[in-house]
Amino acid sequence: MKRRQFLQAVMATAAVSLVPSLPLGAAPGRETFSEGSKALKAGRWAMVIDTRKMNDPRLQKKVIEACHSRHNVPDIEGPQEIKWIWTDSYDHTFPEQLNNYPAQTLTDRRFLLLCNHCENPPCVRVCPTQATFKRDDGIVVMDYHRCIGCRFCMAGCPYGARSFNFSDPQEYVKTPNPKFPMRMRGVVEKCTFCSEQLAKGELPYCVQASEGGILFGDLNDPASDVRKALLSAISIRRKPSLGTQPGVYYIL
Amino acid sequence: MIDKLLKGAPRFYAWLGLLAFIIMIGAGAYLYQLLCGLSVTGLSRNVSWGMYIAQFTYLVGVAASAVMLVLPTYFHGFKPFRKMLILGEFMAIAAVIMCMLFITVDLGQPQRVLNVILHPTPHSVMFWDMLVLSGYLLLNLLVGWVGLECEQQGVEPPKWIKKLVYLSVIWAFSIHTVTAFLYAGIPGRHYWLTAIMAARFLASAFCSGPAILLLLALLLKRLTRFDPGKEAIRVLSIIIAYAMAINIFFYLLEVFTAFYSQIPGHMHPLAFLFSGHDGHGNWINGWMWLAAFLGLFSLVLLVTPSLRNNEKILPYALVMLVIATWIDKGLALLYAGFNPTMFDTYTNYVPSLTELAISLGVYAVGALIVSCLWKIALDVKKEAGTF
Ligand code: SF4
Ligand code: SF4
Ligand code: SF4
Repeated sequence: MKRRQFLQAVMATAAVSLVPSLPLGAAPGRETFSEGSKALKAGRWAMVIDTRKMNDPRLQKKVIEACHSRHNVPDIEGPQEIKWIWTDSYDHTFPEQLNNYPAQTLTDRRFLLLCNHCENPPCVRVCPTQATFKRDDGIVVMDYHRCIGCRFCMAGCPYGARSFNFSDPQEYVKTPNPKFPMRMRGVVEKCTFCSEQLAKGELPYCVQASEGGILFGDLNDPASDVRKALLSAISIRRKPSLGTQPGVYYIL
Repeated sequence: MIDKLLKGAPRFYAWLGLLAFIIMIGAGAYLYQLLCGLSVTGLSRNVSWGMYIAQFTYLVGVAASAVMLVLPTYFHGFKPFRKMLILGEFMAIAAVIMCMLFITVDLGQPQRVLNVILHPTPHSVMFWDMLVLSGYLLLNLLVGWVGLECEQQGVEPPKWIKKLVYLSVIWAFSIHTVTAFLYAGIPGRHYWLTAIMAARFLASAFCSGPAILLLLALLLKRLTRFDPGKEAIRVLSIIIAYAMAINIFFYLLEVFTAFYSQIPGHMHPLAFLFSGHDGHGNWINGWMWLAAFLGLFSLVLLVTPSLRNNEKILPYALVMLVIATWIDKGLALLYAGFNPTMFDTYTNYVPSLTELAISLGVYAVGALIVSCLWKIALDVKKEAGTF
């Protein structure tokens, strides 16, 4: 083979072997799910969790199950677990709120944790492939077909909101929801603020299951439920000093 | 020049055979990891980087350290390093290749690695790290190989090579700075979020890398009678001593800021490394005290001229230095970045056997590359009369 032919052959093989590594389907645009006319839209989606109402273990379980079962979140025990929404204690949720004598109502409570859909998200900043990106409406989503599994975003997220598929998730999903994509081994995943629900004109599953304990709406709209709730009660966010501008608020 | 590999002593091939065997074990372990996913590592949701990324970080330093020979030679006209220059450049090549392998074995979806190029993302430090590392590999390949070819033919290297050499000096600083930026720009991880990270990386690189190089050169002297020259050894160990002093100084600066300010976020990772947490010790504690002891002891040996210039003592000082810096960067840096966790809790991490086997395999690849490249270089030098 002549040198040139050889090079051509090499290039051709390289091109073919590249194909599977290209993201399947369209590259992520500003929207992740095709939208119907009923789609809910916002300038900045945000969530307000009323921790007074959401302190009920039954309700917490219901909310977590609503999310995890619809989104095919695998149920894995141990330190390699995967979770999109879960509960933790006051000092683990708000480690910056150092107080030697916090009110018992706070230390008794369990708090729901999930991705904050930060306005200034470090996970997006560090991702080398733009597999994690922020939509115009403030939702931080992922393209599982582009993610290379480098886990830089997990190091970058100050809220521990991200999980990595250390093993094949399929074996750990008891009753898969065929309407939602199953992730593959070796990629990172997290809460999506139910962008697929919003595209259909419906509220996130956890909000629906919360019996009014979780509000969801547009922060840019002063008349929205979330803005009204924040105006009328004391709320805090997780680690606000880092400048990430979390989109999840906790009413105490 | 590759033909030089075909004529070697049986001892040389036995050594290559041993390395090939270790590489096979590593490859087998990697196959296992490919089949089962990263679940076979000790990594977890809270400690999501470990052995692999730590070795990557350490080896970027080793790669950058060639500059400690190149800079005096080309910027200050210091002649005695000329003879060893090629060894440093070739070691840098092996180090960068190991870096790339460590990144690859850490990926959850390694077959998609080209996505980093297909979707270039300037706001990600990892994108820049990939660029500067590949550039550095190319530079060293060119400079090393062409330089050696010229040596073989007894001619001066072409002008453009000299320009590339100057470029490679600046480039070497960039690779370790950018690698430090992977860590130093992350909000919420206190052990990493420090402006001195890049400077600390460079200081530890410029002592540990040349120390490894000098140790190997001393070994060569025994095995092949290749003599780097008394003056080269003397000056390089001075450079190592200064870099180690700065390295320890920088570390103490971190300790001061953390413990004088008494800010918990700054104190906790350091306290975790040396004494565990909440009354529980951790396996890393012993390693850290060992590193502190070896680091300080090696510094004492290196700054004392009579001990430093004693060729019987010098290797021990260097070995201690390499172990100390490796513990600091190759073990502690990552572990303390993830502990305390984002929930102010602690998650244990112990590298699994698979991780260790894969890491050993990658190191063996590096050793194989160094062995082959150095063999070529030395044989060429023998022929050219520059041995
Ligand atoms: S909470 Fe973490 S994962 Fe979610 S947007 Fe913020 S940084 Fe990203
Ligand atoms: S793991 Fe995936 S999403 Fe996270 S930084 Fe890497 S490529 Fe981006
Ligand atoms: S918003 Fe949707 S994805 Fe996020 S936690 Fe709630 S249900 Fe799960």
